[in-house]
Amino acid sequence: MSLVIEHVAKRFERFPALKGVSLTAPKGCFLALLGPSGSGKTTLLRILGGLEFADAGRVAFDDLDWLALPARERRAGFVFQQYALFRHMTVAKNIAFGLSIRPRRTRPTRAEIARRVEELLALVQLEGLGKRYPSQLSGGQRQRVALARALAIEPRMLLLDEPFGALDARVRKDLRHWLRGLHERLGVTTVFVTHDQDEALELADLVAVLNQGRIEQIATPAELRAHPASDFVADFLGQAVPGGGVVPLRTARAPTLKGKIFKRSEENP
Amino acid sequence: MTPMLRPRAPTDDHPLTKLVLSLVAVGFIALFLLMPLVTVFWEALAQGMDSAIAALREPDALSAIQLSFTVAAIAVPCNALFGLAAAWCVTKFDFIGKNLLVTLIDIPFSVSPVVSGLVYMLIFGLQGWLGQDLRDHGIKIVFALPGIVLATIFVTFPFVARELIPLMSEQGRDEEEAAVSLGASGWSTLRRVTLPNIKWALLYGVLLCNARAMGEFGAVSVVSGHIRGLTDTMPLHVEVLYNDYQYAAAFAVAALLALLALVTLGIKSLLEWQFAGEIAATHSH
Repeated sequence: MSLVIEHVAKRFERFPALKGVSLTAPKGCFLALLGPSGSGKTTLLRILGGLEFADAGRVAFDDLDWLALPARERRAGFVFQQYALFRHMTVAKNIAFGLSIRPRRTRPTRAEIARRVEELLALVQLEGLGKRYPSQLSGGQRQRVALARALAIEPRMLLLDEPFGALDARVRKDLRHWLRGLHERLGVTTVFVTHDQDEALELADLVAVLNQGRIEQIATPAELRAHPASDFVADFLGQAVPGGGVVPLRTARAPTLKGKIFKRSEENP
Repeated sequence: MTPMLRPRAPTDDHPLTKLVLSLVAVGFIALFLLMPLVTVFWEALAQGMDSAIAALREPDALSAIQLSFTVAAIAVPCNALFGLAAAWCVTKFDFIGKNLLVTLIDIPFSVSPVVSGLVYMLIFGLQGWLGQDLRDHGIKIVFALPGIVLATIFVTFPFVARELIPLMSEQGRDEEEAAVSLGASGWSTLRRVTLPNIKWALLYGVLLCNARAMGEFGAVSVVSGHIRGLTDTMPLHVEVLYNDYQYAAAFAVAALLALLALVTLGIKSLLEWQFAGEIAATHSH
């Protein structure tokens, strides 16, 4: 009943994005795919979401042959780096989308959908903003709408592509803790991609460090810090954990000059 | 404290230079765009409104007007559909030969319309490749409505696609991918996500395509056969009248054509003005 990825490989024309990646993560786990740009982490996430097709390998999840399922039947809630909200729909319509396009037999009633939307708006702390359009929201709010939209379909798996990449440092830290709390409440298996070591180590139960299309190491944050498996991992983590520890929850909100606050988001187009 | 120095004008060119440049620009527009338009209406009304209207109610004129509208009514929806399909496929998918397809879409813009008309003659004409077979089965393509429609579709093909491709590539594929990951089928993604995002560009494309479809001369002239009252469209009828020295009537029909074009542009500007906010929102937020 866990997520098992076996020898997944993918080439883009002549560039090998993934060179046979394998990993196992327990159900309900919060898994981070960490690596520099070009390491293949986003490709792996998109393969899990059905937006990209693996050339080789298999993925099993929840006793399902995951890669054989078409994207629209996977019920994988995907949160895009730039959110990809439907710009011509209100926030409420955005969140309701996944429910309202279901075939009539399985579609909830209008009232039921409205109730779900209200619930989700409350969950992401955006009560009362249902009638706004995405362009009228801040980055952090859009992010949470995207999350609510993904959660509306009761996803089997939640996939987050650089969930905090496009946000400024303050909002980022706030959202990070909030997301961790949310994951603990919902217990949905979550995979998220990041190039930020702090983020991965602080949020995830398991961190897979990717480099040039291969997994260098997959371990819990504590293990990763104590026993980096290769020079690359040690080097990559070394940049980010000056004190070797996680920033405590309480102090994270306080403005601090510790660590790198302004990080260039390399993968933003 | 030094006072803030503010230049009085964005450039420090001599006022005379600016005046001359402005006059050249305005003069150019007046001479090449405005004057022909005014002349058309002037000449059309030279012998009074009544004679202009009488020229339009003449049976051959009426048939030309009807034919032009019929051709546009068939060609424009076809091209709206083709253009949408082409733009969708070029901007939302990757495949080999994509650049070639984009180039092909532009062919009607770069090839002389007469050439495209001749191509249809070569294929469907009596001496053409399929000419004999078509005649044996009693199918008329050239010198009839189908040929005129085909030629018009060819010439106006790029309008909708050209309008949609830049917008759709700017919008990217994220929203479509999001829709699919939320369980939407291809059809409901198109209907509920893609179409609402491009409806304004699609409408512009359709309006421009329509203006050109009714105004096309070259390609239609080759395949129409100029049968008066039967296969003459409005532009062809203008030429016929002009060559018959019926200047007032020629200009009356020409004025009607120009009026249709002006109405098209008017609708376009009106929509742009009315829905400015909504149109801006469909570009990247």
